[in-house]
Amino acid sequence: MTDADKGILLNDADAILRTDIPESLLPEQQVEARERKTLEIDSHALNFGPQHPSAHGVLRLVLEMEGELVARTVPHIGLLHRGTEKLIEYKTYQKALPYFDRLDYVSPMCEEQAFALATEKLLGIEIPERARWLRVMFAEITRVLNHILNITALGLDCGAVTPALWGYEEREKLLEFYEAASGARFHANYFRPGGVAQDLPAGLEDKIGAWAKEFPAWIDQLEGLLTENRIWKQRTVGIGVFTAEQALAWGFSGPCLRASGVPWDLRRTQPYDNYHKVEFNVPVARHGDCYDRYLVRVAEMRESVSIIEQCLNQIRPGDVKVQDPKFSPPPRAEMKRSMEALIHHFKLFSEGYHVPPGATYTAVESPKGEFGVYLVADGSNKPYRCKIRPTGFAHLQALDELSRRSMLADMVAVLGSLDLVFGEVDR
Amino acid sequence: MVDARLSSPQQVSLQGRLGALAFTFSTAWPNVSSAALEKGELVVRTTRDQLVPLMTFLRDDPQCRFEQMMDLCGVDYPSRAERFDVVYNLLSVTLNQRIRVIITTDEVAPVASVSGLWPCACWWERECYDLFGVQFSGNPDMRRILTDDGFEGYPLRKDFPLTGYEEVRYDVASRQVVKEPVSLAQDFRNFDFVSPWEGMLTLPGDEKAHEVRQHIRRSRG
Repeated sequence: MTDADKGILLNDADAILRTDIPESLLPEQQVEARERKTLEIDSHALNFGPQHPSAHGVLRLVLEMEGELVARTVPHIGLLHRGTEKLIEYKTYQKALPYFDRLDYVSPMCEEQAFALATEKLLGIEIPERARWLRVMFAEITRVLNHILNITALGLDCGAVTPALWGYEEREKLLEFYEAASGARFHANYFRPGGVAQDLPAGLEDKIGAWAKEFPAWIDQLEGLLTENRIWKQRTVGIGVFTAEQALAWGFSGPCLRASGVPWDLRRTQPYDNYHKVEFNVPVARHGDCYDRYLVRVAEMRESVSIIEQCLNQIRPGDVKVQDPKFSPPPRAEMKRSMEALIHHFKLFSEGYHVPPGATYTAVESPKGEFGVYLVADGSNKPYRCKIRPTGFAHLQALDELSRRSMLADMVAVLGSLDLVFGEVDR
Repeated sequence: MVDARLSSPQQVSLQGRLGALAFTFSTAWPNVSSAALEKGELVVRTTRDQLVPLMTFLRDDPQCRFEQMMDLCGVDYPSRAERFDVVYNLLSVTLNQRIRVIITTDEVAPVASVSGLWPCACWWERECYDLFGVQFSGNPDMRRILTDDGFEGYPLRKDFPLTGYEEVRYDVASRQVVKEPVSLAQDFRNFDFVSPWEGMLTLPGDEKAHEVRQHIRRSRG
């Protein structure tokens, strides 16, 4: 047989040419024309998810396997699509805000912050100093919340159960701060255009301060379990490697970008709220593998604790929302006495405020990376268009590139290290 | 309007640089209908056929270096001849600047894909196609992405109703998922929030105050 004969149907090593089949077993037309060959492609598709525990929600992957190697990954998303952007177009700005908690439900307040900042930019209002400090502090609490869950869930995916148990306990303390400040453990609705919903209850600052003193010791314990753990390193070092060029081209941001060696953090480069008044380091790693993404997140938790402490030192009593009744509801007591306050309250919660025409793309450094809101206002009380730029969407898209020729088991580690939440990816 | 928050020297120099870029685009680049700073953000409006050359320039030029395409989205204006805006948000990590490129299109005219420049554009374009029905030419994987299997229509168009047309439920009798036309116990309530105090500028018998009221309304924006 010549090479030309092979070239008719075959051009790669995946196909095995069957020449050893006896003539009596071949279909009739093949006996007549011996040139026709029987092809067997040695690949198969594997369905991963959407109900797989390490799919982190409702991700369905169709994996084209070559033995145990992943040849191609086709993510199927949209199983959690709720039409958030469409719903927001039918809600006033105030009523649109709680949808942001429900996007990335692991880091709700950072998503709120993006929308609140975008709306404030279009309205042209400045929020009071105390509200800014509260936002920075709770955004950092959110970052710790998110990173604890991500690191421990990644550990769970790779077979380390203990970090998850410890992590949930630690998250519970932070969720109590959430509850004390906003009244809700997850869907906080705390950062609002014009400030924050309400001031902290008495004593909460001390509690947060006490927690911030203890927490670094917990990070040490977590690192004691994972960082030098031989099994952990075998599962993560050199897995899912992305170079800086690849990470930039694929629209990476946040810890995933910094793990690839790009020192980029919106809190530093394009500061919002009071991030320009705090000092912190931006951890950067070089190899861009799962282990580096883990290390960057651990280092970020330490920086977050330092930022929280700086906030507590610099925060002063004062207003927590703009003192304009067009944007902030009046105090309850005033509504009982003042007719005007009552009218303002009614108008604010029925009609809301009208936002002057304009558009803005406002991005914040959410724990997962750049979370942006492209908000188009047409002068009415509802957004004309509110595009949400989810972080995980870009990260998930690169999964095929990240996991090509990797083992099936490593797929899970790569997926975990990208920090995906499908409330956000699917919107 | 320059934001008061952007008063640090770093931000002032950024504003200057973006202004210079805006000037370059509006004078030296063909088919750029406008390039300006809007609320401190650089916005460039161009035409469909200029998109890929402009984007290539933006990515590769040493003064621009927009290495990252952060976002692509559509905006629907049904009253216009070319009803869709396609908005590209780019980010330069090296120079710490952002740019927004806006082009217009309609339901049939395809937009050239930029997935050759930034591989991440593929999914963003799929999303825009899925939600708005904007066609992209040259995208390697033009399928729907977010909506359900077998979904019809483009949900983010302004003429698509919020409730949609079909609802899906599991039918116990036939033991399968069935699609039915949406039936709501109560119609979707869309209130007209423009109050008579602000919306009706001329009340009967009150024509004299018309001009004054309009002025008040304008100043409130």
